[in-house]
Amino acid sequence: MSPLFIALLLPVVAAVALSRGAPLKLASTPVALANVLLILGVMLSRGFVSPEVVSHVGSIAMLQSPALNLSVGVDGLSLLMALLTVVVSVCACWQIDNKREGARAEHIVAHLISAGALGAFVCRDLLMLYAFHELALIPTLLIIALQGRGESANRLRVAWKATVYLGVGSLILLAGLCWLMVSLTPEGAALVTDLDSLLKLAKEHPLPALKQAQIGLVLLVGFGTLVSLFPFHTWAAPAYATAPVSTAMLHSGVLKKFGIYGLLRVLPGMLPLALSQAWLQEALCWALLGNILWVGWVCIHQRNLDEMLAHSSVMHMGYLFLGLAAGGAVALEGVALLAFAHGISIALLFALAGRMRAQLGTLEFRRLGGLGSHSPALYVLFCFGMFASIGLPGLANFAGELMIFVGCFGHPGATALGMVQWTAIAALWGVVMSAVYGLRALRALFQGTSGSGLFLSDPPLAQRGGLVLLASLLLVAGTCPWLPLRLIAPAPKDKPAAGAVAPKAH
Amino acid sequence: MSVFYSLTLIALAGLALLLLEAFDSKRALRYARDASLGLCLFVALRLLTGNLNCSSEALPSWVSPWLSFDPLAQTFVVLGLVSTALVLALLRIGESYIRQYTLGGSMSEFYAIPMIMAAAIGFMAAARDLVTVFVALELVTVSFYVLVSMARKSALCLEAGVKYLILGAMSTGVLVFGMAWIYGVCGTLEFSGIASALADPQIAKAPALLACGLMIAALGFKVAAAPFHVWVPDVYQGAPLPISAFLSVGSKAAGFVVLCRLLEGFLGAGSVVAAEVRQLLVILGGLTVLLGALPALHQSSVKRLLGFSSVSHAGFMILGLSSVAPGVTGTGLASFYLATYLPMTVLAFTVLTVMRAHEVGDDLSEIRGLSKRSPMLAFCLTVSMACLAGLPLSVGFLGKWLVLLGLAQAGQLAALVIALIAAACGFYYYFRPIVAAYSSSEEPRKAIEVSIPAAVLLVLLCAVVLVLGLYPAPLNGLLQLTGAPAAAALLR
Repeated sequence: MSPLFIALLLPVVAAVALSRGAPLKLASTPVALANVLLILGVMLSRGFVSPEVVSHVGSIAMLQSPALNLSVGVDGLSLLMALLTVVVSVCACWQIDNKREGARAEHIVAHLISAGALGAFVCRDLLMLYAFHELALIPTLLIIALQGRGESANRLRVAWKATVYLGVGSLILLAGLCWLMVSLTPEGAALVTDLDSLLKLAKEHPLPALKQAQIGLVLLVGFGTLVSLFPFHTWAAPAYATAPVSTAMLHSGVLKKFGIYGLLRVLPGMLPLALSQAWLQEALCWALLGNILWVGWVCIHQRNLDEMLAHSSVMHMGYLFLGLAAGGAVALEGVALLAFAHGISIALLFALAGRMRAQLGTLEFRRLGGLGSHSPALYVLFCFGMFASIGLPGLANFAGELMIFVGCFGHPGATALGMVQWTAIAALWGVVMSAVYGLRALRALFQGTSGSGLFLSDPPLAQRGGLVLLASLLLVAGTCPWLPLRLIAPAPKDKPAAGAVAPKAH
Repeated sequence: MSVFYSLTLIALAGLALLLLEAFDSKRALRYARDASLGLCLFVALRLLTGNLNCSSEALPSWVSPWLSFDPLAQTFVVLGLVSTALVLALLRIGESYIRQYTLGGSMSEFYAIPMIMAAAIGFMAAARDLVTVFVALELVTVSFYVLVSMARKSALCLEAGVKYLILGAMSTGVLVFGMAWIYGVCGTLEFSGIASALADPQIAKAPALLACGLMIAALGFKVAAAPFHVWVPDVYQGAPLPISAFLSVGSKAAGFVVLCRLLEGFLGAGSVVAAEVRQLLVILGGLTVLLGALPALHQSSVKRLLGFSSVSHAGFMILGLSSVAPGVTGTGLASFYLATYLPMTVLAFTVLTVMRAHEVGDDLSEIRGLSKRSPMLAFCLTVSMACLAGLPLSVGFLGKWLVLLGLAQAGQLAALVIALIAAACGFYYYFRPIVAAYSSSEEPRKAIEVSIPAAVLLVLLCAVVLVLGLYPAPLNGLLQLTGAPAAAALLR
C-alpha cells in the first residue's frame, strides 16, 4: 500500500476523532506534524529522481466499468504541493487558540481542508483530483458562514457569495474536464480519466489547436474562478478577511493553489497549443493584468491589515497566470515555485494578522503604530512574510517571480515584443505596488509611536514554532531555490532549451 | 424457494397484519409489524445472495406467461423490498406523531399496505406485458391514495390525498389510452412484441410516436417528471413523512422499472421511433431537472424541498435513460442512480421523522440550532444533503457524473448545460438546511433524544451512504443492466 493513502487518511481520522471529542492537544497538531514527517519520508525515499517519475503509486478500484480508480502517486510537482499542504496545515492547527469557543470545529475543518487538498495534489486521476478539491471546499465555506468574523448577516452574505462563485466555477471546471477527457478518449473506448494515460494520448493524438483553445478557455474560467482570476475574483478578498484565521491560511495558502496545480497539469501537457491561439492568450493577459494592476490598486487603498492581505493574495495570483501565459519551462517552473512560496508567505501573514487581531481587537492602520517596540519577535516574523510577499531577493517569492519574468522573455527567436512581453512589462509595476502597500503597512503597524495606546506582546516560545517554521522555509527556499527546484525541474544536464516545452505559434 | 412465492408471502403477510388488528392485541401487533419488516429484509437478502430461485421454470405454469424475473426485475424487487422495509422502520419511529392524526389512533393500514405494495412493485418489475404492468401499477397507485390521505385529521393531508387522487386518476387514463394506441400500432402488449414491432420499418410512424408519447407522459406522472410534477410538493408536504419517503423511492422505482422496459423497446436496435423518443427524453429530462431545481431555491420547508429535489433527481434519471455512453446502458444508469438515491433521501426523511416525533417541524427556522440539540441528527442531515447535492466522493456524485458524461458523449450540449445549472442550484438549496442546522438559534431549545432504533437506522444509512461514496464497486453490476426484451424472449 502506498504511504500516500496513509497521508490522506490521517487528517480524516483526526477530523473524525476530534468530532467525537478527542483531546485537541493530542489529536490535532501532532497528527498534522506526523503528516509532515510522512511527506518528508516520501521525499527522502523517492530520492533525487527526474521530476516526471511518478513514485509511491497505489490504486484502489472504485468502479470496474466504466473504470474509475482512486489512484495516487507523486511526481516532483505533486510532492512540492503536498509539502506545502502539510506544512501550512501544521501551522494552521498550531496557531488555533484552543480556549476559544468553536476551536474544535476550526481544527476539524483544518484537517478536512488538509485531507482534501492533499488528495487533490497526489491523485493521479483527473476526476478524483477534482473530487478531492470539492471535498475541501465545502467545509471551508461552512466554517466561514458559521464561525467567520463580524456580523452574522455579513458573514452569511460573504459565504454565500463565495459558495455561488466557487460552486459555479467548479461546475464549469467539471464541464471543462469532462470535455477534455471525452475529446482525448479514442472513439468508442471507455472514458479515460487517468492523468498519465491522458498525457500519453494527448502526445500521440494532439487535439486541433482551436479545440485546445476552446477547452483551455473553459478550464481557465473554471480553474480561474477557484484561483480568483480577474474578473472572477470578487469572492476571494471578503472570504479571506472574514474566515477564521486557520481557514484563511489554508484556503489562500493551499487550497487556492489547486487551480494553478490543475492548470500546470493540464495546459502544458494536454493542451500545449491552447495559449498559442492569440485570442486566448490576449484574454488571459488582460485578465491577469486586472489581477495585478487593478486589484493592486484596490490593495493600496485598503486601510485595514487583513483586507489588505486578502487583496494582496488575489493580486499575486496574477503573476502565476503570467507564468502560465508565457509557457516555456523556466516560466512554468517559476509558477510552481511561486505557488509554493506564496502559499507559505500568505499563510504566515494571515497567521500573524490573526494573532494581532486577537490581542488588539482591531487591525486598522490609523489606530495602530509602534507595535514593534514591545514585540520584536512578531515584528521580525512579519518582516519576513511581508518582504517575501513584496518579492525581496533572498526570500522564496523572489526566485519564483524572477523566473516568471525571465521566462516571459525567454522565447527563442522572438524579435519583437509580443503580448506576453508587454504584459510582463506592465506587470513589473505590480512589484512597485506591492512595495508601496507592504512597506506602508509595516511602517504604520510596527514603527513610529502608538496613537491609541494599543500594544502587542510576543507570543510564548511554544506558540512561535509554527510561525518560525514558515519564516525559515521562506528563507531556505529563497536562499537555496535549487532545493525546491530540484523537485520540479529536470537536472541541468538533461534540461531542454528554455521555451521548448510550449512553443510559441508566431 | 421461488421469488414469486416469496413476494406472494409478503402480500399475504400484509393481509394478515390487517386481520390481526381486528383482534386488537397490542403486543402481538407490534411483534407482527417487526416480523413483517424482517420478512421484507430477509427476502431481499435471500435474493441478493442468490438463494431465491428466479428461473422461469420455478414459476407456476399459470404465472410464467406473465412474469419473468430477469436481472432487471430482481434489482427492482430488491429496491422495492428495501424501501418498504425502510418505510416500515420510519413508521415505527414516527408512530407517536402520526397516531395523533389518524381516526381512532389506528395505524394498521400504514403497516399492512406497504407490504402489499412491495409485492406489487416486484410483480410490476417482472411483468412481461403491459396488462400485468397496469394491474400491478394500479395496485401501487391506489395504495398510495390510501396511504397519503390516511392521516385524516390533518387538513393538509386530505388536500394532498385529493390532489394526488385526481391527478393520479388522470394519469391512469392517459396510461390506458397509450396502451390502447400501443396495441393498435404493434398488435401486442408484450414488451418483446412491442420491440420487434417497432423495429419493423413498415410500421406507421405517427401513431407509434403518439403511443410512445402517451406512455411516457403517463409514466412521467408516476416518476414525477415535469410537466407532470405539479402534485409533488403539495403531496409531499401533506402526507406523513414516512409516506413521503415511500413516494420518493417506491413510486419512483415503480415508474422507472416500467419506463426502463418500455424504453428498451422504444430505443431498441432498429426502432423507427428511437431518434424522436431519445430527443423527447432529453427534453423531458432537461425540463424536469430545471423545474425541480429552480423552485427548490426558495423553499423554507425541507419537506417541500425534498419534494422538488425528488423531481430534479427524476430528471437526472430520465437523462440517464437517454444516455448512450460506452460500458453503461441507459437502464443500468437509471437503476444505479435510483439505488444510490434511495439511501440518501431516506436518510433525510429519517432525520425529519425523528425531529417530527419530537415535535420539531421541518421549517428551516425550526432546524436552526439543531447541532446543539442533537449533534447526531445535524450530522446525518449534513451527510444526506451533501449526498443529494452530489458532493464529490459522496454517493450522489457518481450518478450525476455518469449522467453528465453520457450527455457529453452523446453531444447533447444544451441538456448538459441545463443539467449543470440544476446541479449548481443544488449546491445552494441543499446547503441551506446544513447552514441552518449549524447556526445558533436565538431562544434556547431542549435537546432531542434519539431513540435507539432511530439511531441504529441513522447510523446504518449514514454508513451505507458514506461507504458507497468511496467504494461504489458493489453497485457496479447495476450499470450494465438491461431489460432487453430479446433476452426475455429467449427465456421463453
